[in-house]
Amino acid sequence: MHVPDGFFNLPVSVGAGAVAVTGVGVCLRGARRELDDRTAPMAGLVAAFIFAVQMLNFPVAAGTSGHLLGGALAAILVGPYTAVLCVSVVLLVQGFFFADGGLTALGINITLMAIVTTIVGWAVFRLITRSVPGGRAAIVAASFVAALVSVPASALAFTLLFWIGGTAPIDIASVAAAMGGVHVLIGIGEGLITALTVSSVLAVRPDLVYGARGLARRLVLRTAEGAEVPVTEVPATEAPEPTATPSAGRLRPLFIGGGLVAILLAGVVSFYASSSPDGLEKVAADKGLNAHEQDHGLSDAPLADYGVKGIDDERLSVGLAGVAGVGITVLAGGAVFYTVRRRQRHKAAV
Amino acid sequence: MSAGHHHQLYRAGDTPVHRLPPQCKLVAVAAFAVAVVATPRERFWAFGVYALLLAAVAVAARVPAGFILRRMVIEVPFVLFAVAIPIIGTGERAEVLGMSLSVPGMWAAWNILAKASLGVVASILLAATTEPRMMLLGAERLRLPRLLVQIAAFMLRYMDVILDQMRRMRIARESRAFVARDIRQAPVLARSAGALFIRSYERGERVHLAMLSRGYAGEMPAIRDLSASGRDWGMAVILPCLAAATAVLAWSIA
Repeated sequence: MHVPDGFFNLPVSVGAGAVAVTGVGVCLRGARRELDDRTAPMAGLVAAFIFAVQMLNFPVAAGTSGHLLGGALAAILVGPYTAVLCVSVVLLVQGFFFADGGLTALGINITLMAIVTTIVGWAVFRLITRSVPGGRAAIVAASFVAALVSVPASALAFTLLFWIGGTAPIDIASVAAAMGGVHVLIGIGEGLITALTVSSVLAVRPDLVYGARGLARRLVLRTAEGAEVPVTEVPATEAPEPTATPSAGRLRPLFIGGGLVAILLAGVVSFYASSSPDGLEKVAADKGLNAHEQDHGLSDAPLADYGVKGIDDERLSVGLAGVAGVGITVLAGGAVFYTVRRRQRHKAAV
Repeated sequence: MSAGHHHQLYRAGDTPVHRLPPQCKLVAVAAFAVAVVATPRERFWAFGVYALLLAAVAVAARVPAGFILRRMVIEVPFVLFAVAIPIIGTGERAEVLGMSLSVPGMWAAWNILAKASLGVVASILLAATTEPRMMLLGAERLRLPRLLVQIAAFMLRYMDVILDQMRRMRIARESRAFVARDIRQAPVLARSAGALFIRSYERGERVHLAMLSRGYAGEMPAIRDLSASGRDWGMAVILPCLAAATAVLAWSIA
């Protein structure tokens, strides 16, 4: 389900956009490690596959049907970086060529449906396959759990964003309950189809499943007498570190430009956009903000209610809060990606 | 949920809107969407102005209203949600047509409906007047990472092939009397998805080899020069400038 324009206020859309740009940028470099110079055609074809498989409706229960989101499936089949790229490209194409999902909500859609589902799905998958070494059955089971968890995780991320900057006056607890409940059901369907799909690919071409690379048996050379000869293995997929400097050079203006636009929008536009109370605040105001309800635990925090405490000019204060919000979102997203990449690099070095 | 992804939106034509370089149109639509989202929801007239602006573009591009309305079906799930907000929303209540509705909920529903519809119509106009391939070239000129543009280009190019494969598999299933009634039929669908993945992946490998044998070295050759003149930009910024002026007016007129 694609979020349209006007569903979230501008600061949240811009912040999510910054997270999406950073995430896709990191994944562009990561995917080159997973696929080297095959990246463009392979990721393009896998994106077309995801697009097609999202149209495969499967019956859930009594007359209703759901369709695959595919984030976890893509991560297990082709690796997390490529998966984020593929789902992001699917969302971009749906936004620009099919008018599905608002253009200002593109960052939110990419963050929720490409980044959160893939990262959560892949993390759960790795956690299980690493702790339960059980071959093919473990991989299928891990796919089920990973896909199952990834869907409610995405729904909860939606609820979190809605709590920060949604425009509809709905009690956040009931949103969380409804989103969580429905998406656990959808997640079961997603998990089932994902696990069965992974198992059917494993049965035919186990070498194509990225998450099952550990299953391939090591190459063993034997002499005529049967003694084993150690093989100095040159992994075919481990391409020499692609000369990332030119691509980094090409990406840098994008990051800097995007960052500037984000800060400008958050700072200049947000004090116009959020100086009228949005839904939740209005509800809170209508209800008189009783001590035991509505107001959340962070209301004493320095950035609560999109204003910086101690600054009287309301517009300036909201603008500053917008800039700080974008900064915090970018830092948080950046920290996550940095840790993930450090890990990856560390593993490659070992 | 995924209604009607089967047909692309592009309508061939030769109007001033069609002739504009794609990068100008992309910037214009994005800026327009930002202006719409930034407008306070209490200013009904501002949204009327936005709708008039879009109507003018549609007339200039000779895109019929029926076409746009049919394509707006994509919005339906969120329209349903927007209709539900006043009923389930919290806050002060008002009697409308014998139903007790939440006042802030009605504001929120109006907010989402108006902004989402304007955004969808702007996107439809962009997609209807810009050839998909040109849109990607325009995105590349706007410094979108080249790899991302290439991935999107491959996806667009092979989407119909993959969808056709899926359709043939569906016909094969159905001609063997397969009906997906409940969850017990899931394994069959999953096996189809698995087979589709293997076919897509192997096609990707073949495409890559074919490209290598034709001299691919990581970049696609640029055949067309897509530079935009000052006049093109001048034409393109009319829409977002008027929208931005409306947004500023909406803020300053209390």
